[in-house]
Amino acid sequence: MAEIRNYTINFGPQHPSAHGVLRLVLELDGEVVERADPHIGLLHRGTEKLAETRTWVQSVPYMDRLDYVSMMCNEHAYCMAIERLLGVEVPERAQYIRVMFDEITRILNHLLNIGTHALDIGAMTMVLYTFREREDLMDVYEAVSGARMHAAYYRPGGVYRDLPDRMPKYEVNKFRNEKTVRELNAARDGSMLDFIEDFTNRFPTYCDEYETLLTDNRIWKQRTVGIGVVSPEQALAWGFTGPMLRGSGIAWDLRKKQPYEVYDRMDFDVPIGKNGDCYDRYLCRMEEMRQSNRIVKQCVDWLRKNPGPVITDNHKVAPPSREDMKSNMEELIHHFKLFTEGIHVPKGEVYAAVEHPKGEFGVYAVSDGANKPYRLKLRAPGFAHLAAMDDIARGHMIADVVAIIGTMDVVFGEIDR
Amino acid sequence: MSAKLERLSQKLCDVFGETLQSLVVDCGEVTIEVAAADYLNVARTLRDHEDLHFEQLIDISGLDYSTYGNESWEGKRFASAAHLTSVRHNWRLRLRVFADDDAFPVLDSVVDVWPSANWFERESFDLYGIMYAGHPDLRRILTDYGFVGHPFRKDFPISGYVEMRYDPEQGRVVYQPVTIEPRENTPRIVREENYGDVGHG
Repeated sequence: MAEIRNYTINFGPQHPSAHGVLRLVLELDGEVVERADPHIGLLHRGTEKLAETRTWVQSVPYMDRLDYVSMMCNEHAYCMAIERLLGVEVPERAQYIRVMFDEITRILNHLLNIGTHALDIGAMTMVLYTFREREDLMDVYEAVSGARMHAAYYRPGGVYRDLPDRMPKYEVNKFRNEKTVRELNAARDGSMLDFIEDFTNRFPTYCDEYETLLTDNRIWKQRTVGIGVVSPEQALAWGFTGPMLRGSGIAWDLRKKQPYEVYDRMDFDVPIGKNGDCYDRYLCRMEEMRQSNRIVKQCVDWLRKNPGPVITDNHKVAPPSREDMKSNMEELIHHFKLFTEGIHVPKGEVYAAVEHPKGEFGVYAVSDGANKPYRLKLRAPGFAHLAAMDDIARGHMIADVVAIIGTMDVVFGEIDR
Repeated sequence: MSAKLERLSQKLCDVFGETLQSLVVDCGEVTIEVAAADYLNVARTLRDHEDLHFEQLIDISGLDYSTYGNESWEGKRFASAAHLTSVRHNWRLRLRVFADDDAFPVLDSVVDVWPSANWFERESFDLYGIMYAGHPDLRRILTDYGFVGHPFRKDFPISGYVEMRYDPEQGRVVYQPVTIEPRENTPRIVREENYGDVGHG
């Protein structure tokens, strides 16, 4: 009789379901995973070390490139860390704008996650629908910051500028005729807030559509129910946060438990799972999108009624307006010092965490009083989730590994940093 | 200081007493420092003690203090800062421990206390060269296979020592010394306190 031996396969780093550059060394007994050893670091750019050689503000765009599907949430944690060290107050309007964009980002992230997760395990159409909505939200990103993804919109002390009062429109070209363009531009006649409001009115219908495709889908359930089960104790011990923790039934959400900005004024619910499997985490993410939609709506209402400054008037932190800078000596000096030397952050250390779509994204900043960080440590939620890969995947079939990677929502920008 | 932080610091003092080398409350956060010898015991107590119950390890960060501030750094060079969360009490805590030997920094591993420490300690070992005694699998994690040195140490240049390129003659990827010049666009400056304030200087 032939001798039966375990064999080892390489999953990635060039595998379409590896969500980027994950190299997973799998030890298999037939089709059953005996050991999973993720090799990460293929996208390591040394963001933390680079930040030590840049001024505080120059590192804001690096934050976009960490988790490149939820850009503004990364910036948020970083700006919050600086603000806490400086003791700067963020204007109320800027806080609402931040909360609104955090939630828009959450929808963006979950749309990508659900779309690609479904794609990975065989539901081809989902990704086409979710990317249709992502396009609208990315247009909002572009309207407000000039960039579809790497926005660099949050700044220490507030946000870079106020919301625009018109949305960019599509134009007729050889690919789009007049009728299509008219449909695409239907909601774009008013301000950006009008466009976002229109989106929030449309979005629950879209969520229903996704649920029709997936929630009761027999194949989807066969691939996710009972796969990658994490007990609440395990989830805590492995340092899980976000939907990975809530999917196991622990109601822990920083927006509720340690509210920052104006989350304590928002009316929303935190969904939790029951069984801690991939399916429950999918349901959590679905419901989180609906809740985010509610928060965005409340922010739009408030922002319409309350104009005001969007960045602090402390000119040692944020630059003065162009007009003031050109007519006032003091402001000119501030401007010059800010753009040549940067912000001086007082000595100290701080850990600022936000409820990122993937979990708890934290920035541990140590300052020695210089114009650059002394040490910046980025706590990426995906890092802790992927670290538990070995324990979760053990005993599953090789095809389930793909479902587990999908449910962990790994993005290598943040894991490798 | 809010009542909640005060309660936490009081509890920490009661439980650990002399073991604490320092307890600082700043920016709404509590930081405790312990000696390397006490680290593992303190970690275990932090997790298991009913009144503390820090069941979640959020992050471990390596630190290299050798160029901190304007003056030369007198204290120990390498430290490891762990961020803990208590889901039950809704508390956060930073636990810092300095390694005794600067030339060969060794700390106890807390993998047995919090399994999530596994990768965080690997990362800290990879980037700072801090050894974690008792870690089951202390391999490099973020840097390349066969990488030499610990890139986040302050004496490691930002551009590194080697660069990689494809050599068409040998038909493979080769390493060679870096060819780019180090440059600094904005110098690093530590100003005195109250610099630039009205009525100062």
